[in-house]
Amino acid sequence: MNAKQKDRLATGVLYTIAVLIVLILASLLGYILVQGLPHVSWHFLTSPAKAFEAGGGIGIQLFNSFYLLLLAMLISVPISLGAGIYLAEYAKANRLTDIIRTAIEILSSLPSVVVGLFGFLVFVLQFHFGFSILSGALALTMFNLPLLTRNIEDSLRQVDFAQREAGLALGLSRWETVIHVVIPEALPGIITGMILGAGRVFGEAAALIYTAGQSAPALDFTDWNPLNIASPLNIFRPAETLAVHIWKINSEGIQPDAAAVSAGASAVLILAVLLFNVLARFLGQRLYKKMTAE
Amino acid sequence: MKTKVITSKDVHLFYGNFEALTGIDLDFNEHEITAMIGPSGCGKSTYLRILNRMNDLIPGVKITGDIRLEDQDIYAPDTDVVALRKRVGMVFQQPNPFPFSIYDNVVYGLRLAGVKDRTTLDAAVETSLKQAAIWDEVKDKLHDSALSLSGGQQQRVCIARVLAVQPEVILLDEPTSALDPISSTQIENMLLELRDQYTIIIVTHNMHQASRISDKTAFFLQGRLVEFDDTKKMFLTPKQKETEDYLSGRFG
Repeated sequence: MNAKQKDRLATGVLYTIAVLIVLILASLLGYILVQGLPHVSWHFLTSPAKAFEAGGGIGIQLFNSFYLLLLAMLISVPISLGAGIYLAEYAKANRLTDIIRTAIEILSSLPSVVVGLFGFLVFVLQFHFGFSILSGALALTMFNLPLLTRNIEDSLRQVDFAQREAGLALGLSRWETVIHVVIPEALPGIITGMILGAGRVFGEAAALIYTAGQSAPALDFTDWNPLNIASPLNIFRPAETLAVHIWKINSEGIQPDAAAVSAGASAVLILAVLLFNVLARFLGQRLYKKMTAE
Repeated sequence: MKTKVITSKDVHLFYGNFEALTGIDLDFNEHEITAMIGPSGCGKSTYLRILNRMNDLIPGVKITGDIRLEDQDIYAPDTDVVALRKRVGMVFQQPNPFPFSIYDNVVYGLRLAGVKDRTTLDAAVETSLKQAAIWDEVKDKLHDSALSLSGGQQQRVCIARVLAVQPEVILLDEPTSALDPISSTQIENMLLELRDQYTIIIVTHNMHQASRISDKTAFFLQGRLVEFDDTKKMFLTPKQKETEDYLSGRFG
């Protein structure tokens, strides 16, 4: 075989692998959507789940998923921004920085079920938060923080050093340079990373089973006082999310239409996660184009 | 006798143990263009960056000597570096506009200094871009991204950005070496226009550029200041053998 033939063979193999991956993804998505979409209706999306009879929906779980996501992002974004800025802009190359970096790597490689159990021991039991949105959001923060921090650090590092010099030479302080020059320029990457992280968090189940709980008490959507137990905004109520609901139904569901509810919920979950991915790409590119005018 | 804006005596700079500048005495007159020439690695850019303390960013750098902007010791512990850099602006080799509109680039320093008044900002943009000889090319697209401009235009926007904060001294670190000849000429002509209002110090690789625009020239070699004189004198009758060899292209 000569070099040209080898090249052709390699191209063919790589091409096949790529097609295979796309096919697997497409068939998986297709299967879930074909199975699930027929069960999705406005009623299904808005009504509460039923434990023993058919006709339950996923309204509360859907709301819980978004609310939990919002809270988790509210906690993790500021912390990871701080950590990312520190690591990219201020940290000196020394032992302390090495230790921080290693800690972040270890944290990011922890299995989510372990993070969930940690959350259970610390937030649920030790801090007496109980099975609650707050415990869930904190567990998700543990899960999300390392990835988000890494993403922000990488995005900041990709900004050309010349831009920092430009800011400093213009009489900006180091902090002003970071805030007014470096972060705006890194923003497309940061936003993309945040939305992708949101998608990951949205589909997470294992970290939530023992923290946010497996029950979704009825909510009164007319009560917006966060201190009332039936209020959707209450952060101390247990909150089963969509992903946990799917796991629950499949492991111990006794509704006659459990299979249908599971399929429908899976389709909704997949669609939401897909939406996050598309949104991340779209927003990232839009921002980038707006800034570079290309 | 012209006023001296920047004076420096016995400037040494060390990168770790390596002595990159070995005792430089150099003064800069008000409203003159001083060119610094020399082969790569001779220390001319390093010296330039001393004047607005851009070397502070590099770990392991040690600087000694007496360097003053008017009466103020640039390296005194109580020197406000941010305020210093407002008085001593800098233009870099690679055009480095911010990824914002042309307008926002130019008013950046002013906005951060707290200027909010629209008319003041508008006026500053027009004046600075006119001074930087780019107003006619961009006046109809001030709100387009500065990154959509050509390299030469970007560099002039960067100069306008420095001019807008009204520094006293402008440092230029090989500002035309990444540009085409036409853009380079435009920038040279602009610098000649600016000479009446600013003190300009330019590092250049291009000896012809130095001879065309500068009043004084400093020739650096291996961390030493070999010769410093009126540009005309130096190019016609260099005092040192090394200067003569360099100017006649025998090395470098």
